[in-house]
Amino acid sequence: MGGRDATMVLLDENGIRCDGRKIDEPRRIMIKAGGLKNADGSAYIEFGDNKILVGVFGPRDVHPKHMSNTDTGILRVRYHMEPFSVGERKNPAPSRREIEISKVIKEALEPAVMLEKFPRTAVDVFIEILQADGGTRCAALTAASVALADAGIPMRDMVAAIAAGKVADTVILDVNNEEDQAGQADMPIGYMPSAEKITLLQLDGVLTPEEYKKCVEVGVEGCKLVYDLQKKALNDKYFGNKGD
Amino acid sequence: MASHSVIDELKRTQILELLEQGKRVDGRALDESRDVSIEINAIPKANGSARIRLGDTEVVCGVKIQPDRPFPDTGDKGLFICTAELLPLSHPTVETGPPQPPVIELARVTDRGIRESHMIDVTQLVIEKDKSVIGVFADNVVVDYDGNLFDACSYAATAALLSSKTPKWNWTDDAPVLAEGEETQLPINTIPVSVTMAKIGNHIIVDPNGDEWASMDARVTITTDSDGNICALQKGGNDGFTLDEIVKCGETSIKVGAKIREKLKAASQGVQ
Repeated sequence: MGGRDATMVLLDENGIRCDGRKIDEPRRIMIKAGGLKNADGSAYIEFGDNKILVGVFGPRDVHPKHMSNTDTGILRVRYHMEPFSVGERKNPAPSRREIEISKVIKEALEPAVMLEKFPRTAVDVFIEILQADGGTRCAALTAASVALADAGIPMRDMVAAIAAGKVADTVILDVNNEEDQAGQADMPIGYMPSAEKITLLQLDGVLTPEEYKKCVEVGVEGCKLVYDLQKKALNDKYFGNKGD
Repeated sequence: MASHSVIDELKRTQILELLEQGKRVDGRALDESRDVSIEINAIPKANGSARIRLGDTEVVCGVKIQPDRPFPDTGDKGLFICTAELLPLSHPTVETGPPQPPVIELARVTDRGIRESHMIDVTQLVIEKDKSVIGVFADNVVVDYDGNLFDACSYAATAALLSSKTPKWNWTDDAPVLAEGEETQLPINTIPVSVTMAKIGNHIIVDPNGDEWASMDARVTITTDSDGNICALQKGGNDGFTLDEIVKCGETSIKVGAKIREKLKAASQGVQ
């Protein structure tokens, strides 16, 4: 995606990052519940410069039929990037990266959704990355949780997600694209704050055992911030004045 | 990977009952991985290779080293690519055809563990800056399945890379030309070792075998390097972990990984 700029200062002497944030400060996050007419539930998120739309359908009949399960409903997730979402045009066919991310997001949402209440059905989550700027999987998971709630699907909790990471030997919250490219570590975390469960966790980059512990802790705290915004988005739609 | 059947449900009940008593189906301790047997240079036509057995999971990894064009933004670095494939002979449920999401994840996680540890010093693999670099391709094939392919592929690839010898190419007339008989060890920085742990009920076990794999609620694969640092991680499965569990898994991966690193090191030095 972005090229490396060797001269870029990731963290200055005052502890300010390349985009002006403090080390524990997330980017600007705006979440909107609903917005799509045809989807059963939907959400839109702007997470820094990421712009992501999520639509949810279901529980509905499973097609192809052999995928259905008589004991439980199934969750299907497609994470997809638009060709225009990144610097150089992305081939619209699903890449291996997108297939892997679809799978980890699916597995992050499964503990939250009460699929056992809907045997033989499917819940489909379609994630469309309109613009990408580092941390899309976390933003997408956050928005997908809101869209599932908006669809009225019974859930144990919502999954909130954000990345922790390391730049200039310092543990930071919410890794942006530059920090992901030039930084030392990136650890996306998805967390259910009420259930106290980590459901998405990945890491690339080298961390000492102490930094590893710190990263998970910082990430979990960050998820709690995101969680408040998820609840606010649902509140605004269903109990606010500006609801649509 | 393996399908889920009624038998798996029955096995899960048995596995859980045993775990309540602190025992495992095959008699191992909860934090004990299966025996690893490593055969180095199993494929002499490759530049490096290993055939490893982790319990009854078997993986063959061959390393091919050849000149390649660098990526446009990293003309000063060689290539490292690691793949993994599940062969139809490894399990009755494996079919031919394009790789399914679990196998794509397997290949990407195996690649990431080795890549993020910076095991191979790719800066030393440049023939002519921006024009030609050395590409190192580690291809894993799973030939027998009994759970935990993540670690089996990681050990096979690491052992194969440790035993690899790279030919030398000179830049002559705008093309890489092989320098006969000048082989050197691959430039190695560190030895990454992945340790996969499964969560079944409230129990966490190291190196799940096939039955345990089919019974698990969630899993986490953590790769550590020679300095005891953590360099890659992947959580999977349709349940979650608590913060304490994740921190403890990190400690376990360092402890268990250190023992396996010694085995990999010893096996690869046996041929030098």
